[in-house]
Amino acid sequence: MMDTKGFIAARVAKELKNGDIVNLGIGLPTLIPNYLDPEIEITLQSENGFIGLGATPKEGEEDPYIVNAGGQPASIKPDGAFFDSAFSFVIIRGGHVDATVLGSLQVDEKGNIANWIIPGKMVPGMGGAMDLVVGAKKVIVAMEHTNKGKHKILKECTLPLTAKGQVNMIVTEMAVMDVTEDGLVLKEYNPEYTIEQIQEATEARLIIADDIKPML
Amino acid sequence: MAKVQQISASAAADLVKDGMSVMVGGFMTCGTPEDLVDAIVEKGVKDLTIICNDAGFPAKGVGKLIANGQVKTIIASHVGLNPECGRLYSAGELELILVPQGTLAERVRSAGAGLGGFLTPTGVGTTVGEGKDVITIDGVEFLLEKPLKADVALISGNLVDKVGNIKYRGATRNFNPLMATAAETVIVQADSIVEAGAIGTENVETPGIFVDYIVGGGK
Repeated sequence: MMDTKGFIAARVAKELKNGDIVNLGIGLPTLIPNYLDPEIEITLQSENGFIGLGATPKEGEEDPYIVNAGGQPASIKPDGAFFDSAFSFVIIRGGHVDATVLGSLQVDEKGNIANWIIPGKMVPGMGGAMDLVVGAKKVIVAMEHTNKGKHKILKECTLPLTAKGQVNMIVTEMAVMDVTEDGLVLKEYNPEYTIEQIQEATEARLIIADDIKPML
Repeated sequence: MAKVQQISASAAADLVKDGMSVMVGGFMTCGTPEDLVDAIVEKGVKDLTIICNDAGFPAKGVGKLIANGQVKTIIASHVGLNPECGRLYSAGELELILVPQGTLAERVRSAGAGLGGFLTPTGVGTTVGEGKDVITIDGVEFLLEKPLKADVALISGNLVDKVGNIKYRGATRNFNPLMATAAETVIVQADSIVEAGAIGTENVETPGIFVDYIVGGGK
């Protein structure tokens, strides 16, 4: 039985294509490689300065010279490459990353995303997120549908934005939604919920796709 | 260009004075010259402006300078893994300037490259863009971001030869080669100090012309 995060990660994994260069945010998105079809090979970019991010090293086998973008022990594949931070963002900002998957505090029907600050409460900073969502060809937000019942998918973000109009797709434990010019299109639903329940958990109005289907 | 000098970490720390701006290499402390940071903690200089990718951890990297009350301003992309940084900022005891990571790297690179700045789509329509010029090129909006330089850069290298040529190891490169170009005085902490030329001309990642002082070796 998959937990909520695993369920979301497994669904996002289906969006990635063979040969994609992908940057995964910290937390839930890092689970995605576990759910890739064995036929699909992707290359992971780590914004601290390499492509070819490998598996997390076993305890005792960590190399202090190699960490991931969260500062945790990491490994690089033999065909990977290291570079400096300016070059890392040549890759990111220059449109050489096919997809980025990241969590969010809020996202809205215009594709705006807010995930770097809660004024007066939490000031972690944006790290590489502002560059990633602007530069990656496809931006997928992977997160729980609500914050303990409180809406996260809004008509309009209320927190300071990470970027304007950059999100392409939202995947939650309840649904898969595409961001379109008309608003959020509900493409897939988790059959454990009714469409009404999904709409209730979403502040933005959902446009039901003609070919809506169950998730996974 | 004066010859590169090998000095102690303590002598290097003496080059950092109250109120200076100091770039510190490393990413979540991977590639941060910890011995140089420790020496500055020991000297206790104050009111520093620290330019670093992040705030490190409370007891690692530039987090040690923050915890010791030596930092007036920190310019970084991420401070979330150092709760002490957030606490001091909330208490009004620390100025925090958050810069998107790609913008931070390119601002440092611009300073080192003699550029007046650069245009980036990052931050358009966000608070990062407030007060900055927005320039439209071929229908796309960009922010004008200005160069960022410092009085001193503290960087780390794996192999450093006696004329200051540097080779990095693993993911420690990050901001180190950029900062080497963007400060008045550049101090490199070396894992190993080797004879001039021993790195091999094709393997040098930061040419020694950027380096003023070498500290360390023997790791």
